[in-house]
Parts: sequence; structure tokens; C-alpha cells
Amino acid sequence: MSWLHLIVLAPFLATVLIPVIHKVSPKLHIGWAVLLLPVVLLISLLSQIGAVSKHQVVEETMPWIPSYGLSFDVYLDGLSMLFALLITGIGTLVVLYSIYYLDKHKERLQAFYVYLLLFMGAMLGVVLSDNLMLLYLFWEATSLASFLLIAYWTHREKSRYGAQKSMLITVFGGMAMLAGFILLYVMGGTFSIRGLVEQASQLAADPLFVPAMLLVLLGAFTKSAQFPFHIWLPDAMEAPTPVSAYLHSATMVKAGLYLVARMTPIFAGQAEWFWLVAGFGLLTLLWGSFSAVKQTDLKSILAFSTISQLGLIMSLLGVGSLAVLYDAADERLFYAAVLAAVFHLFNHATFKGALFMVAGIVDHETGTRDIRKLGGLMSLMPVTFTVAVVGGLSMAGLPPFNGFLSKEMFFTGMLKVLAADIFALETWGILFPVIAVIASIFTFVYSLMLIMRTFLGKLQPEKLEKKPHEAPIGMLISPIVLASLVLLVGFYPNLVAYSLLEPAVSAILPSLLAPGDHFEAHISFWHGWNTELYMTIGVIAVGLLLVLTLRRWISLYDQLPQRLTLNRLYDGMLVGLQKGSSKGTDLYMTGSLRTYLVYILMFFILVIGGSIVGHRPTLDMSGNAPVAAYELLLALILAGSAVAIVLVSSRMSAILATGAVGYMVSLYFVILRAPDLALTQLVVETVSVALFLLCFYHLPKLRRDMNRVRFQSANFVIAIGVGAIITFLTLAVQGVRPFASISDYFLDNSYKEAGGDNVVNVILVDFRGFDTMLEILVLGIASIGIYALIKLRMTGGESREHE
Amino acid sequence: MNMNDVILRTATKVITFIILTFSLYMFFAGHNNPGGGFIGGLITASALVLLYLSFDLESMKKVLPVNYIAMTAIGLLIAVATGMGSFLFGAPFLSHAFGYYDLPLFGEKTELATAVLFDLGVYLTVVGITMTIILAIGEDQT
Repeated sequence: MSWLHLIVLAPFLATVLIPVIHKVSPKLHIGWAVLLLPVVLLISLLSQIGAVSKHQVVEETMPWIPSYGLSFDVYLDGLSMLFALLITGIGTLVVLYSIYYLDKHKERLQAFYVYLLLFMGAMLGVVLSDNLMLLYLFWEATSLASFLLIAYWTHREKSRYGAQKSMLITVFGGMAMLAGFILLYVMGGTFSIRGLVEQASQLAADPLFVPAMLLVLLGAFTKSAQFPFHIWLPDAMEAPTPVSAYLHSATMVKAGLYLVARMTPIFAGQAEWFWLVAGFGLLTLLWGSFSAVKQTDLKSILAFSTISQLGLIMSLLGVGSLAVLYDAADERLFYAAVLAAVFHLFNHATFKGALFMVAGIVDHETGTRDIRKLGGLMSLMPVTFTVAVVGGLSMAGLPPFNGFLSKEMFFTGMLKVLAADIFALETWGILFPVIAVIASIFTFVYSLMLIMRTFLGKLQPEKLEKKPHEAPIGMLISPIVLASLVLLVGFYPNLVAYSLLEPAVSAILPSLLAPGDHFEAHISFWHGWNTELYMTIGVIAVGLLLVLTLRRWISLYDQLPQRLTLNRLYDGMLVGLQKGSSKGTDLYMTGSLRTYLVYILMFFILVIGGSIVGHRPTLDMSGNAPVAAYELLLALILAGSAVAIVLVSSRMSAILATGAVGYMVSLYFVILRAPDLALTQLVVETVSVALFLLCFYHLPKLRRDMNRVRFQSANFVIAIGVGAIITFLTLAVQGVRPFASISDYFLDNSYKEAGGDNVVNVILVDFRGFDTMLEILVLGIASIGIYALIKLRMTGGESREHE
Repeated sequence: MNMNDVILRTATKVITFIILTFSLYMFFAGHNNPGGGFIGGLITASALVLLYLSFDLESMKKVLPVNYIAMTAIGLLIAVATGMGSFLFGAPFLSHAFGYYDLPLFGEKTELATAVLFDLGVYLTVVGITMTIILAIGEDQT
């Protein structure tokens, strides 16, 4: 256990303390106590930044399940550091913001902060683990925490719908990713990411390589809301705004980007990887920015904007993967795309976090997020307005904000594709800068729309639920901090360039660096009059034109077909799945125990009978003991009572006959000198007869309309079949002894090892004590099940819909 | 289960105690002779069932106010706890120990084994489960 392990585990441990803190001081807003944790984590991570920026890697290992080769390996390199700082840094600001956002008296704060800490720990686990299984575990834990947080306001139907949607989509992707990880393990023989990176060149030749890549990408795309899996993110906006700012813009949705970046050393250089990552990235970029324009809810605009920006970073990572294909002279062309990706990742966290918090403030102070009702808030909320302008213009890519820098670098990256001469890029490469420009125009439009429709124009007080006023200072601190970062990084990008970004780039593209070497990561404002600048000017010009004429063309969106949306597809699939599976289940689940018994026995006949026919074991009766006359007599009585069960017409007689069968069997145990078994059988028989009598009360009259038993040929055949197979098996077992029986061991060691003469009991409590423990556990569960079925069943009239 | 059977009731009053004593003997004898927690528990349960059959549920509830679900839980906890107890001695889960001691009343060289503690858990669980199921079905008159 090292400090790095502690960083991952601390949030989980802290969740335990939350109820305690609440008990000790119920008046305190728990947020204040929780706030300490991300601050401490942030400081301890920052203390390592000097080492990490010199490309030193902190790695710690702790055995977890050594027999399966699973260990709790954590390591901190440039990429992990960037993410860990985002998680703890934005985490600190979000917790601070949430203290003012969530009312201490109205909300279930304990649950909220437990979920939030759960997420923080899981997300830190994702970015710090080296073991793929561990990564998967934390990955799914983030989905779970996200589910809980989206559904935080459980009374809202849309919250529950959004939570379920995000869960289904991300967990589906997570499962695919798990399969991909297992394929990687099959190829590389290790779950360690660094171990796999070392043998990346051998892996590429494996036939499983491409399937593994597809599965891993499925996981990354669902998590990072890439087209067509993006549909969960807008619905996730039902979560409280601090959650949206934290999980659904700054951290969790970037887990997919992290995975792609982390896997780049393994998969980069493959045509499939390039086209999938860059292609889906560009498609998402375009679709997200296109859809954002038509939204009327502030958070929906931000959600689609997040989708589009995630696509932007994804496409940059895709283009950056080309870097490994070119030799040292050319490589500078493409690693710039990776640099742009990590830079934009950082910038996006700052400006989008600030914008989400602004949206939260507007919602909190006016009671609505609908831009059709908002307007004219500038004079009422000057601080919020300033933050919104800084964040919005940075998102639009205007100087002097950090968004301008990374947007320029994004254009540079896309233009470099034109220089590539592989993967059919000579023909298709031109699409990259074109899509980039179109998407940037839409980005510009919705960014300005966001600011103008909310803060400029005319105030419409009659449409607002509350009288708008500036937010309390506590709520403003976090967005102001983020907006200052936007400005600071905009003016001094090289503050982060060498300490954060360059180590991250070298973690993504380690093969390009000689030991001790580092990438050129100088970021500057002015590059002269180059193509990128013309592109930006073009974007601003066309964007402004579109903004000014917005009212003329926005109705064009209504012309789009509404029936064919992905959301419809999702809902249809969900309903279809439910209907289909209940139809399928109803086919064989008839509700009649008799039918189920037939299934069980048929299965038995098919499997055991089939294998008997297949193996043709011989019967060897030579070793059997002679059958005594009284044993024969017992057998006759036994068989007679068994037949009687079927033939008698009263239920009471049937039960008595069943009891007779049981008692005869226990007599056999007496004869064969098995007193323990005989005793147990006797008591069980007695108790179960009593149980039968009790059940009488509930059963309908036996065959009310029938005095004679109807002969059912199918049942007869099944009965004969089961009897014949059991008889044959019992006889056959005697002749086959493939290995020595364990009974000799038990007989020899019972007294020596366990001090007991009764071998049966020693086996039960000592040799096989674990079995007994689980058996009584199962029995206990069964009894609780029976109890619950009888005591808690619904009386007539209550429907299941009533929750 | 509202029978008015004087003979059954009178006999039950005597027989129950014999069965209960026998079940305790079975429980303790288990280590070296036929018996054990499972059989002991079942016999105890059958004695209780006999009581419940001959007297009605309501009066039995007053005489024996036992929560059988809690009994199941306690039994399971004892079984798990004896398993975990071996951790205190650095032994793997569910390791048992035994020894022979000279005890007053019980005589010289009486064997004491931790397995009996585990068996006690089994005993309680079996009684609890059996009675839970039977009473749940028996009480259900809807």
C-alpha cells in the first residue's frame, strides 16, 4: 500500500465517514467535510508534478489475486497525471459549487456525496491502474456512480429514464471492452498495459488483433458519447448541474478518450484504428455541433456541445496515431495533433466546466434553463455574464482565450492529414479540414447563441419563476476560478505546455522518443498569416452571418425527419427487447409445476440417457453383494407404495404412501449400516409429511371430477425413462472405478486429524465444512424466500404498477 | 390445526421432552457416534412441530416466543464466526482443533472440539429454517 494506492482508495474510504460526520454534526453541510478530500488529493498529486514532467513514472504494486495474475498495479505518468489533476481539481471546484447549489434541508446530501466520492475514486482508479481488469472494474464503477447521480432526483421520471439509458449504453460498451481486454490477454499473456505496450509489434500480427481493437473502441465510444452512442449524454443532463459539470463534461465522458490515448501505443499505426478513431471523431464533432444549434435548453446545448468537443479530441487522437508511421524527420507533423488533443482536453474541462456552472446558476436563480424564456440577464447578473462570455468565446475559438489556441492547433492537425500519403488519404484527406471548418462554424453559432439568448436581449420577467438576481458569492467562486484559468492559459499557454501537456504526449507516443528526449511543445499565439488563421477568420465571418440571420434558417431543423432519430431507435429497441423476452419466456414458463417437472426430467433423460447411449458402459455385477430375501421384500413394498401414490384417489393416501416410500428407504440405510443417513431420512420424512399436511389447506380438491386416474402416455414414457436410467446408472457405477475412492482417506484420517469417530459427521463439519456452511446458507436463503413469498405476497386487487 | 385431542395433547407433553432430550444427545454425540447438528436440529424441529400440531399456533406463540428467522441468522453467524475464528490462530478458514481435557462431572479425557461450535451453528440454522418454513405455511390461512 503506497500513497498512490491511497489516492485511489481514499474516496472509497471517505464514503464510510459521511454518515458518521452527519451524525456528529447534523447542522453542517456535508459538502464542507467532503471538500477536504479532493483538496488533499490535488495537493499530493501536484507535489509529484516536477518528477512527472521530467518523464519519471511513479509505479506501485500490490498483490490482489495473485493466483489469477491480478495485481493492484497503479502508475502515474504524464497522461495519468493530466487526468488525475482534472479529476481532483475540477472535483474540488464542483464540490465547492455543490455546497451552494444543493440545499441542505431539501436534498439527500449524504447519498449525493457518497455517490460523488464513489465516482471520484473510481475515476482515479481508471486513470491510474495499469492492470486491465482493475481498469475495467473501476470503469464500470464510474458507470454505476453516474447512474446513481443521474437518477439522484428519483421522483422525476426523466431522471430515471436518463439514468437507465446511460447505464444500458455505457455498460454495453463496457462489456464489449472487457471482451477486448480478454482478447488482449489471450494475445499478450498479461493484463498489464505496459506489458502489452512492450510487445505491441508482435500483437499486431495476431488474427485477434482487429477484433480486440473493435471491442476496446466500442467501450471507448460508448463512454465518450461518440456517434451513434451519444444519445445517452443529453438525457444524462437530468442530473444535478454539479454532476453534469463534473461527470458529463470534465471527467467521466473523457474516460473513453483516456482509453484511446492509453491504447494508442498498442494500436496506433493500423489503418482500422486511424479510420475508426478519426472517422467517428469527426462524425461526432459534426453531428454534435449541428444538433447543438437547435436545442433550446441551456444544458442540452452544452450536452451536444460536449459531444461535439469529445469528437474533436477523438479525431485528433486518430490523426495523431499516424505519427508512429513516419520516421523521425516527419513525425513532428503528427504528434502536434496529439498535443492539440491533450491541450484541448484540458481547455475543454475549464471552459465547459465554467459554462455548466453558469447554466446551473441561471437555472438556480431564474427557475428555468429554456433560452426562449431567458434574456437580458446581463445587468442583473454581471459576474455570471462575464464568466459566460469568457467560457463561451473560448468554446467558439476566439482569441485571447485558450479555446482559440487549441482550435488553431486542431486546424493544424487536420491540415497535416493532407500531407499523409497512406490509407487512401490522398483522396479522402481533404474531408478532414472541410468537416473541421463546418463543425467549427456551428460551434461558433451555438456558443454565441448561448451567450446572447441568455444574457442579451430583453428580460422577460413574466416567464420566469423567480425574480432573477446575482448568485451568492460561494456559487460564483468555482466558475470564476475556471474562467480565470481559461484566460491565464490563453495568455500563457506554456505554463502548462511543458509541465502537463508534453509529458502526456510522450506517454501516448512513447515509441517516438529516445530516452531523455522530449517533444517540442511550445505553444504560441501568432504563427503569421497561415492557412489556420484564414480558416479561423472564415469561421468567424460565416458564423457571425449565421448568428445574425438565425431566425431565418433555424426553422430548417424542423424539416428534418423526426421519426428516424436514434432516440426512437433506442426506445423501440428497449420496448422490443422487453416484449420479445417476455414473449419468449411465456412460451415455456406456463406457471404449472407439472410442466417444469417435465422439462427437468426430459433434460435428465436426454443428457444422461444420451451419454449412456454414446459411451455404452458395460454392466459388471460380479462385485455386488448377494441380495437377501428381506431386502427383496423391502424392495417390493417400496415399489408397491410408489405405484400406490399414482393410483390412489385421495390425497391423504398419496401422502401416506409417499411417507412409506421414505421409511422403506431409511430401513435400507439401517440394513446397509448407515445409521446417520437412516436417522436423517426418518426425521426428514416425518417433518415433510407434517409439511404436506399443512399444505393441504391450500390445495384444490384432488381430481374433483375424476375418480379414476387418466392414463397419460407421455408421462408414462418419461417416468419409465427416468427409472430405467437411474437403475442402469446405479448398476453401472459399481463396475467403473477410474480412480481410488476418497472414502479410504476419510476413514483413515477421521480420528487422527479431526478427533472424531463418526466419519460422516467429521466430513460434514470438518473435512467438507465449507460445503456445509454454504448448504446451510442456501437453506437459509430458501427459507427466507418461502417466508417472503407467503408473508409478503400481494393480496388481490393490488397491481404491480403500484409502486 | 385446531384439534381437540386430549390423548394427543397429553402424550405430546411427555413425548416432546423425550424427543428434545434425545435431540440434544444426538447433537453432542455427533462427533463420535451417529448424530450431529443436522440430525439433532431436525429432531428438535420435529418435536416442535409435534407441539405446534397438538396445541394451536396462538398459544404456542405465547409459550415459545421465538423468532425462527433470527435463529437461522444466529446459526449462520455462529457457523461463519467459528470459520473466521481460525484466522485468530493464523490458520485457514474453517480449521478445527480438538483436545482432551480432564473436566469435573464429565470425567477424565473428555474431548472438546471446535467442530462442535460449528455444529451448533448448523443445529440452530436447521431448526430455524424448518420452523420458519412450516410456520409460514401453517400460519397462512388466506
